[in-house]
Formats: sequence, structure tokens, C-alpha cells
Amino acid sequence: MSLVLNEEEIMLRDSAAGFLAEHANVDAFRKHRDNPPPAGFDSSLWSSIAEMGWCGIAIDEEHGGLGYGYTGLGLIIEQMGRNLTVSPFNSTVLMAATAIAQFGTADQKAAWLPKIASGEVVVSFAIQEGGIFDLDTLKQSVTENAGQAHLAVQKRQVLDAIAADAFVVVAKDTQGYQAFILESDQVSVQDQSMVDARRSATVTIDTTVNPDQRMDAEALNQGGLERALDIMNIGLAAELLGVSAEAFELTVGYLRERKQFGKVIGSFQGLQHRAADLFAELELCKSIVLQGLRAIDAGDDLSVIASGAKAKLAQISQRATNEGIQMHGGIGMTDEYDIGFFIKRARVAEHTLGDFHYHLDRFAAQGGY
Amino acid sequence: MSDLSTFREETRSWLEANCPESMRTPIRSFEDIYNGGRNPEVSHPDQKVWCDRMAERGWTVPEWPSQYGGGGLSKDEAKILREEMARIGARSPLDSFGISMLGPALLKFGNEEQKMEHLPPIVRGEIRWCQGYSEPNAGSDLASLATKADDKGDHYIVNGQKIWTSYANKADWIFCLVRTDNSGSKHEGISFVLFDMATPGVTTRPIKLISGSSPFCETFFDDVVVLKKNLVGEEGKGWTIAKYLLTHEREMISSFGAAGGKKTLGQRAAEVLGTDASGRLKRGTLRATIAQYQLDTMAFAATMNRVKDEAKAGQGLGPASSIFKYYGTELNKRRNELLLSVDGEQALGWDGEEYQEGEIARAWLRSKGNSIEGGTSEVQLNIVAKRVLGLPDA
Repeated sequence: MSLVLNEEEIMLRDSAAGFLAEHANVDAFRKHRDNPPPAGFDSSLWSSIAEMGWCGIAIDEEHGGLGYGYTGLGLIIEQMGRNLTVSPFNSTVLMAATAIAQFGTADQKAAWLPKIASGEVVVSFAIQEGGIFDLDTLKQSVTENAGQAHLAVQKRQVLDAIAADAFVVVAKDTQGYQAFILESDQVSVQDQSMVDARRSATVTIDTTVNPDQRMDAEALNQGGLERALDIMNIGLAAELLGVSAEAFELTVGYLRERKQFGKVIGSFQGLQHRAADLFAELELCKSIVLQGLRAIDAGDDLSVIASGAKAKLAQISQRATNEGIQMHGGIGMTDEYDIGFFIKRARVAEHTLGDFHYHLDRFAAQGGY
Repeated sequence: MSDLSTFREETRSWLEANCPESMRTPIRSFEDIYNGGRNPEVSHPDQKVWCDRMAERGWTVPEWPSQYGGGGLSKDEAKILREEMARIGARSPLDSFGISMLGPALLKFGNEEQKMEHLPPIVRGEIRWCQGYSEPNAGSDLASLATKADDKGDHYIVNGQKIWTSYANKADWIFCLVRTDNSGSKHEGISFVLFDMATPGVTTRPIKLISGSSPFCETFFDDVVVLKKNLVGEEGKGWTIAKYLLTHEREMISSFGAAGGKKTLGQRAAEVLGTDASGRLKRGTLRATIAQYQLDTMAFAATMNRVKDEAKAGQGLGPASSIFKYYGTELNKRRNELLLSVDGEQALGWDGEEYQEGEIARAWLRSKGNSIEGGTSEVQLNIVAKRVLGLPDA
């Protein structure tokens, strides 16, 4: 496994960085926050993202994608993190498409993946039930009656639900997990927004499921769910890397400019050492995220690296954004400055599919202690 | 058959014929490492035999040019030699500061005469070197060193004191930073000189550490005569060489952080302290601290690999390499502290049958020095802040 980007990957990263810095930057995010569009995202931006092929980058060619793999997907998400880009990329491309690819039936893959790859549809991924993500807390909500499944459950933190054409729902029955692809008229959406100005709904479901909506339970229960969640968490770690790196660079830039006591505050050793230590941690973050992305594409077991990457990025994104505000001083607390946007996005992305403690615990358990 | 496979075949049969059986056993302690010198210390007589045989082909330093006694091997050939040695479990024939530190500096900064005089005895393990850098009043602020070299025409007279000189009491020669000029800035006026430790006026005294005996010494110079032909590089420009060598040293020390046995610390803790029904370590807070350590160790190892891969891809040594010394040594300290938490008082035993000569306690205490020697953690952070982040001086 090579932990260096090849030329093609560098080009992809740079073109994503260039596009997002122009069309979906932090100023665009501020406008979005101040005047949220009804769908929860800017649909012309979403079309552009689809036109560039990003939606299908990790979808195989057989299903209308580019078959380029998750390293490419991660490089794009990292840049979205840097720019605080709002779009259904996480819900639809990182989460729903990954879930369908891992435990969808052949028919479902043929039906949904090409539409996701072309950007025609928004698909939400619904799994969490409590106020905090924990797989162990899912309750039995699937009952079987004469071969037909009935699902009655309330799902939390369903991203982009208000705009979704379909929902991939993971639930529990008496045996293990069951998953379904539901139509939007089978669910009731209570739209809400989070501290990061992203839409995240509570979705109430009480519906009989058509047989062709049932996903591949065998694949789901024999490692498919775990692998899908691992891929999603590595993707979220990539976004957190972008958020953290940008917050850090903003902060170091400020340290070079701001004067107090007649000196640039970046000349004070108390601040220099904290910044240098954070730099070291961010270098570790870059490595572990890249290792995680490469591991996905290599088909390696992901349980240790995924929880490791998510825990590490959760922790360092906390530090980078907390230090960002502290080192900006009073203006760091004002809404007018951008640094506050980064701490908000960092915490929501951390908590999506398991926070620092959840993943550190899993990292240890997978390590045999 | 390609040249390389011929080379491999010949190397294999030569090693089979020439590496003594005793030198194909694992190294058990420091005594098993051969350092050479005028009065070599051996735990087995074959150490010298093995070194001499390898040195004859220049294979104690395979990649140095053959005109200086080295093996003159290409990178690919040297890799094959390493692989073939590993295949039969052959020990390294010779480890010395001459090979790891002075040699690279002489190849880069020395004149032809100095290379011809000093490199071949290093290859043959005949001369053992030590490094005279730190002084009692010049630690982190190394450039403020005060050991004085007075110009006497064809030679200098050196007076002063060095400290933390590893193996000064066993070394034959020293490469040493001395002040030849006091008039400019502290970085100017430092010169890099070489002299024989048997020169009249040189004395050494070993230093005992909190972890027990150590290779460190205090070294005193009292009117020591140093010939000018032993000045490396220009007079007053020794700081450049010093910095070059410090980079080398930091790379060596930072590799301590990657150390670790077959079992992870977490697995060892699970064995010693037990787990609950779900397989989780019983001491929950310790478990979290260990997990954090293991995670950082994994991410650090990934970073070492990433930097290696970037260098291989021709992207040069990126800024990430500047964190190695700092992060690696801090990790090693964390590991040693956690070993105490896992093993309890068993780890704090100093002497007695149950305590294996206090091995764990001594390693724990010794690890405290890792973030001091070769540039403290604080100095490393200063370097990152200034050179990488571009933050200004106070």
C-alpha cells in the first residue's frame, strides 16, 4: 500500500480544491446558513458536482460509475471539509451508495447505483435511533407476517431526508439486522437543522415493506453492515481532516498577523508550541486517513483502521477547532468570523455514525483488550 | 541471468562460507553488538572474525565508495546483501558512530586527505569514534558552546569540557565542536575538528544516570594539541556540519517510538490484568489511555511510512519529517509509563531475583532522556513553529 498520492490523484484533489474554492466556499456556506434553500442544498451546485462525475467516483463501472475507488472519493470529501461545502454528497454518495453496494440485491444495485452516479437522485441513510449513535441500542422494529416485513421505527439524524427520493433504512429483527430501500411516501419526515446548518431529520416509519425493497440480509449480517459503516466513517474522517486542516491554517494565519504587547502573537512560545504540536497531530491525521482510504480500495479488513481514523480525527478536529477559537481570542467568538463555522461542522461530523469515545472503545475491542 | 541475480547468488554462497555460526544467532544484549576500536570488547571471539571478513570486502559499510574502503555497492546490491544476511540471521558485523555519524559528514564535508585517512579505519572497525557536542552550559542552546581552540599556527590548543559524550571512555578518536572565534554571532566561529582521545590532556569520567550506569561521559580537555589538518570544512563553519549530523541523530532517536514487541501493550494488559465478559480490559480508564497510545502509535507508524513513500516518489522529505523526533520520543515515554500502569510494582523492582535487574524500571527511567538528548522536545517544537509554520522569533 503506497501512502503517497499519484499524479492522477493529485490532479483530482487539486481540481476539487479549485472548483469548491470558487463555487462552494465558506462565503457560500455563510449565505446558505443565512438563507437556507428549501431543499437544504443548492441544486445547481449539486448538478455541477454530478456533471464532474464525483457522485459516481467510487461506484463501479458496471453500475454507471467511474470505478475510481474510495481514495478519490476521500480526496473530494476532504476538500468539501475545507470549504464547508453543503450538498447531499455525504448522505447519497458516501452513505447510501456505499450501503447499496455492500448489501443491496443485484436488482437494487442496478436500479439505484446508476441514478446516484448520475446525480439524478438523493438517497438518505437511516440507522440511528437514539440521541447518540450506538449500534447496540437499535431496537427490534421489524416483524414478519406471512413472508412480508413490517417496519415500525423512528430514525434520528437522517441527512437530507427532506429532499430524499428514497431511504436506505437499517433496522433490527429477532435474528439480526434487516435493511430496506423505502420510497419517500412510506416515511414521515420531521425536518430539522443542526448546529452546522445542515438538514438532519427525524423520520418516522410505520409501513409494510414490498419484497423487492428488502435488501440482502445475508450480506448485511455477514460483515456487510460493518464494512459499509467503516467506509462511511473513513469518509467522515476525511471530511474532518479537511475541516481541521483549514481551521488550523486560518488560525496560524491569524497568529502571524495579530499584534498584542507590541508583537505578533505568533512570536510567543506559549502559542508556538501549541501550534507546532497541533501541526504534528495533523500530520498523523493525514497519514491515518490516507491509510484508511487505501485500505478500502485494497479490500482489507477495515474495523481497526476505520475506528482508529475516526477516533483520531474526532479528537484532533476537536483540538484544532477549540484552539482555533481560543487563539483567535474574542473575535473567534463572533459570528462574523468563519472559525466558528468550523467548530460547528467538526462536532456534527464527529458524532455522525459514532463519536470519539464510541470509536476509541471499538478500536480497543478490535485490538483485543 | 541478470547481474543482480548473479550478485545474489555469489553473496549467498560467500555468506554461507564466511559467516560464523555463532554470528547467526540473535543479539541478546548490548555486549553482543560489536563496536570495534583499538581495544575491542567482545562477548564472543567470532565478532572480530566476522567483522574482519566483512570489512575485507567493504561490506561493513556496503554503500560507501570503494576507494575509501567501502563496499561500493549500488542501492539494489546493498538491499540484496541485507536480504541475504537476514535470510541466515547474520548479525550486523559492526556498529559505530564512525559509520552512522562521522562517515556521512566526512563524505560530504571532508577533504580528500581526511577521507583517505579516516574512512578506511572506520570500515575496518579499527578506530572507534565519539561525538563531542554538548557542554555543561550548552545543551538546548548548543551554539553557545565555549570549548576554546586557540590558533597556534599549524595547530590549535583546545581547552574546555564536553558532557553527554557517549562512550568517550571507550572511543579512540573524537569529532568535536570547538570555538575558534568569539567575535561574531554565536553560530559563527564554531569549528568541527577531529583528534585522538589518547592525546595528552584528554580525560573522561562516566556519568551515572537515574536509570543506573550509562554510556555517557564527561570529557575534559586541558591544553590538547589538535593539528590543523584535522579541521573539517572551513574554520568557523562547523555549525553547518553540526546541524547536518544532528538531523542524522534525530532520525535515529525518533525510531525508538516505533519500537514494540509482537504483542501490543493492550493485549499484554489484557493478559496481566484480565478482561470482563465482553473481552474489555477490566480497568476502564487504563483501557482508554492504552487505546489512545496504541492509536497514536499506529498513526505515527503510518506517518513514517508516508514520508518514506513520499521520498521514494521523489517528493523529498516533507514537513512531516520534522515531527519525528518530537513525537517518537514522547510516544516512547508514554509507552514506558503505561508499562508501569500495567505491571504495577513488579515494574518498579530494581534488584533481586524477581526483577530481572530492574529491566523495566531502568528502561522507563532511561526513556525520560529521549526527549532531551539530540534536541529537546521544546527545541523541536520551536523548529516546527519557525521553519514549518513560519511563526516569527520572539
